[in-house]
Amino acid sequence: MIAVYIERENGRAKKSSLEALSYAKNLAVKNSAQSIAIVAGGEVPSDLGDAGADAIVHVTDGNLNEFTPEGHATAISEVCKQKGVTTLIMAGTYAGKILAPICSVKLKAGCVTGVVSEPDLSNGFVVRKSCFSNKAFTMVNVKSDRKVLSLIPNSFEVGSFGLTPSVESISVSTSVLTKSLEVDKVKGKIPLTEAELVVSAGRGMKGPENWGMIEELADILGAATACSKPVADLDWRPHGEHVGQTGITIKPNLYIAIGISGAIQHLAGVSSSKVICVINTDPEAPFFKVADYGIVGDAFEVVPKLIERARQLKGL
Amino acid sequence: MNILVCVSPVPDTTTKITFVDNNTKFNTEGVQFIINPYDELALTRALELTEKHGGEVTVITVGTAGTEPVIRKALAIGAAKAIRVNCDPVDSLHTAQAIHSAISNESFDLIFTGRESIDYNSGQVAGLLAELLGMGLLNIVTSIEVEGSDVIATRDIDGGKEKVSHPLPCVASAQKDLCEPRIPNMRGIMQARTKQLNVVEYADAYNDTEYLSYDLPPAKGAVKLIDPANAGELIDLLRSEKKLI
Ligand SMILES: Cc1cc2nc3c(=O)[nH]c(=O)nc-3n(C[C@H](O)[C@H](O)[C@H](O)COP(=O)(O)OP(=O)(O)OC[C@H]3O[C@@H](n4cnc5c(N)ncnc54)[C@H](O)[C@@H]3O)c2cc1C
Ligand SMILES: Nc1ncnc2c1ncn2[C@@H]1O[C@H](COP(=O)(O)O)[C@@H](O)[C@H]1O
Repeated sequence: MIAVYIERENGRAKKSSLEALSYAKNLAVKNSAQSIAIVAGGEVPSDLGDAGADAIVHVTDGNLNEFTPEGHATAISEVCKQKGVTTLIMAGTYAGKILAPICSVKLKAGCVTGVVSEPDLSNGFVVRKSCFSNKAFTMVNVKSDRKVLSLIPNSFEVGSFGLTPSVESISVSTSVLTKSLEVDKVKGKIPLTEAELVVSAGRGMKGPENWGMIEELADILGAATACSKPVADLDWRPHGEHVGQTGITIKPNLYIAIGISGAIQHLAGVSSSKVICVINTDPEAPFFKVADYGIVGDAFEVVPKLIERARQLKGL
Repeated sequence: MNILVCVSPVPDTTTKITFVDNNTKFNTEGVQFIINPYDELALTRALELTEKHGGEVTVITVGTAGTEPVIRKALAIGAAKAIRVNCDPVDSLHTAQAIHSAISNESFDLIFTGRESIDYNSGQVAGLLAELLGMGLLNIVTSIEVEGSDVIATRDIDGGKEKVSHPLPCVASAQKDLCEPRIPNMRGIMQARTKQLNVVEYADAYNDTEYLSYDLPPAKGAVKLIDPANAGELIDLLRSEKKLI
């Protein structure tokens, strides 16, 4: 049995969880095993069969409706034990980051985080993992019988398997010590960690008053906004937008970097983006070395042109 | 209150990463090791908390004798004493077990780790250690205060932040913004030389994972340059060549 922990947002499964589910289903097929989607608390989202769930286990307990690591880790581990799960998979979101190691101890399972490949089963159970802050990769063999993997979001496709999974409810009693006092979520904006397109800007923008065009471009493209560390340190932009080695690591399909030099610590957080576009006045800016497309030019002249063309193309 | 800070020695953030022995080992030649930046924040915050509430800060590193300069730096920043578990950790589970074993006769009110080490980026030690100790975990915190017998912390969640309380003792993992890291001053550096650094052995660890080989990301092809006068073409190319827009 291969199990996947499903996270929800507004009642729907997160895309990163669906990626994990399809990954699990592919692995289950190779092992002639079944994939189970584990949903803790709340309601069961509808798209799990299509993404590859053979079965759904819905764990119910009053404590589970809100996310706490201890509650959800207990719920997941109990299901894994009852169902004889050999491999537990989750997305490497903030929730996944905390649950993976906790579950691995409860299940006496070897744990690999930051996974970017399907397992090679020809000689053990070998997965590729990102390391040295995206500057390298390593092949890791998991020797234990049970395994816990967390996957870097946006590394795998969501399949369409068209399954109709059975739903079983299991009640697990959990005790919870963490008390949530306040949740502060950015409303109406695409969270950076989940965004497929990102428009990011740095100190080259000169001051916070010039971010209007960055936001406008992002809006038209349906992208999230990000920034370099000094920009967040100067309070030109909220800290939640800071990407890089000491900020958020992202792997969007498109990363547009405007007025960012491309320091190694910045690249650490964004270099695995699938397509990178760089706009910078300095042709020697290191960012051009990792870019797919580059414009050597002044952001204040280039960005309005991008906005204009994007508007035309989108019919806005 | 007594606080333990787990300190991982990692290559300086500007290190050019290369590998040796047929790409099976990280090339440490000429590499400068520093305190993992998140652990440095954890250490500073731990010092601030003991300055406010009393008690002292102990740092622990799992590593061979070569890690001692990094440990001395942590002492210079202000930790009262240090423990070094004398072994070269194979993976995060190995590290967590070594720490667990080394502190089995001590009691700490709060244990800090960093959010992740910048070399292996596993982000596991906090969770593993919390579970081995039977303690709760506050993962990826950007602020932490102690109020009576509770900690009040802000942690990163997907798409935002959450303020939570949790009873002591517990484990917490540090994220940027936790505080401004302290730089050791001359006095601290002098004092660090004579501070206690206990070396303990640990031979019982098992590890579930093994790192077989390493590789570097594939080199990027040459950048396609677009004339700034025709900048809009970028948008067309993203649509036609990459199907992104
Ligand atoms: C331990 C450590 C951790 C770090 N972590 C991070 C991190 O996580 N994230 C991060 O981003 N940084 C990080 N840094 C900082 C990093 O080293 C750089 O200082 C930082 O990324 C630079 O930000 P920037 O590119 O916005 O600014 P600058 O380096 O000042 O670059 C501005 C760029 O804008 C260009 N420019 C100027 N005017 C224009 C214009 N009109 N149009 C177009 N381009 C223009 C310039 O040519 C230049 O390339 C870290 C540093 C250290 C030591
Ligand atoms: N060798 C080590 N010795 C002491 N603490 C460590 C060691 N390796 C990792 N840690 C701690 O665990 C955190 C997360 O590490 P990791 O799980 O390797 O990403 C680090 O920020 C440190 O606080």
